[in-house]
Amino acid sequence: MIPAPFEYRRAGSVDEAVRLLAEHGDDARLLAGGHSLLPALRLRQVAPAVLVDVGRLSELAYVRDRGDHLAVGALIRHCDLERSAAVAAQAPLVGHAAGLVGDPQVRNRGTLGGSLAHADPAADLAVAVVALGATLVARGPAGDREIAAADFFVDRHRSALAGDEMLTEVRLPKAAGVPWAYQRVSRRAQDWATVAVAAVGAMSGSEQVTVALAGMGPVPLRASAVEQALAAGEPVAGAAAAADEGTAPRSDVLAGAGYRRHLARVLVRRTLESLAEPPNLGSTAT
Amino acid sequence: MSPTAAVPVPITVSVNGRPHRHQVEPRLLLVQYLRDVLGLTGTNVGCDTSSCGSCTVHLDGDAVKSCTVLAVQAAGGRVTTIEGLSAGGDLHPVQEAFHRHHGLQCGFCTPGMVMAAVALLERHPQPEPDEVRRALKGNLCRCTGYHNIVEAVVAAGRLGDR
Repeated sequence: MIPAPFEYRRAGSVDEAVRLLAEHGDDARLLAGGHSLLPALRLRQVAPAVLVDVGRLSELAYVRDRGDHLAVGALIRHCDLERSAAVAAQAPLVGHAAGLVGDPQVRNRGTLGGSLAHADPAADLAVAVVALGATLVARGPAGDREIAAADFFVDRHRSALAGDEMLTEVRLPKAAGVPWAYQRVSRRAQDWATVAVAAVGAMSGSEQVTVALAGMGPVPLRASAVEQALAAGEPVAGAAAAADEGTAPRSDVLAGAGYRRHLARVLVRRTLESLAEPPNLGSTAT
Repeated sequence: MSPTAAVPVPITVSVNGRPHRHQVEPRLLLVQYLRDVLGLTGTNVGCDTSSCGSCTVHLDGDAVKSCTVLAVQAAGGRVTTIEGLSAGGDLHPVQEAFHRHHGLQCGFCTPGMVMAAVALLERHPQPEPDEVRRALKGNLCRCTGYHNIVEAVVAAGRLGDR
């Protein structure tokens, strides 16, 4: 379908984008790579009066080492994340997740910030940043503010961003050498995950293992029951059995809620087994 | 929300090495610009939902789905379509390989397949069959002619080795 008409404004800077958002209020949407927004426009699921194009703001396409974390600009494309040596070394889960998004053509256009701001509960990058405990930075008229990844996702397709705020940066805690695992089930090769599980941490260490779930509710979730069971010394099988506790998966065309619960338990068990197996270079299933 | 708010936007785009200037409606998709404004109908529209890859072209050197890019987003950019691949009527080596290995049946997906394959070979000149399959994951062939398509791309990579 042809999108409904809209006015097109290209922002020359982040501040100009924020100004345009403030000026047009809820009638405006940011356009980055457009790989979530354009399909929605064509299906006329959304019909903003103004599109503010930030796709050319190369000032936000960076990966910077800031000591204890990697700072990643919101407009870095999935293909750049996938190929970044710094990301592969310090936040390999994120590089891996970026490589699972859509297909090569999608990854050549789609951006990290665009994917996160779209707030799809099944997005690979969303569950990855939740598992890593990343910090997101938003710019609004009053300046920058930090939002914990776990607080950023408010509801299905709704983030904590105000109407006049733009996601500008994602801060990934450095995790070189920390074991991680990712497991994902999808119906077709290009699809969103039906359920995905990201886990980070050493099973034998004193640090807590974090486990996050995609597709198990309106937002990506930490599997708190699993984390608590592991912290209490529960073996993998027992901890994984609690994977769907506190979740609220829905039934849709991809899967029934019961099947999603089953997938969560199986995939959590597999990720934890993978974490326990040295050298823990990460694993996946698609 | 009034439709009159949609002011046409001037764009300059290089397509197959030739500069073009037009006033376009912001909602015009790149694929519509290529087909309807420039008359380059080699790029097909298959699914119109970013799934099938038939509309794959190169934008600034990257394979993209032109049904999911606005023409205004391509402003100032460099686009290559299937028409721009071959010089002087000769087939591009990937087109030649599709011909030789019967990498097409009905042919509808072929322009997109070829453009995705060319982008792959630019990055990985000699891919293994498995890498080709992964790289063409965004391109659907409803004739299910994948086997020969993969053979053609692998062969085109080996051709480049000579």
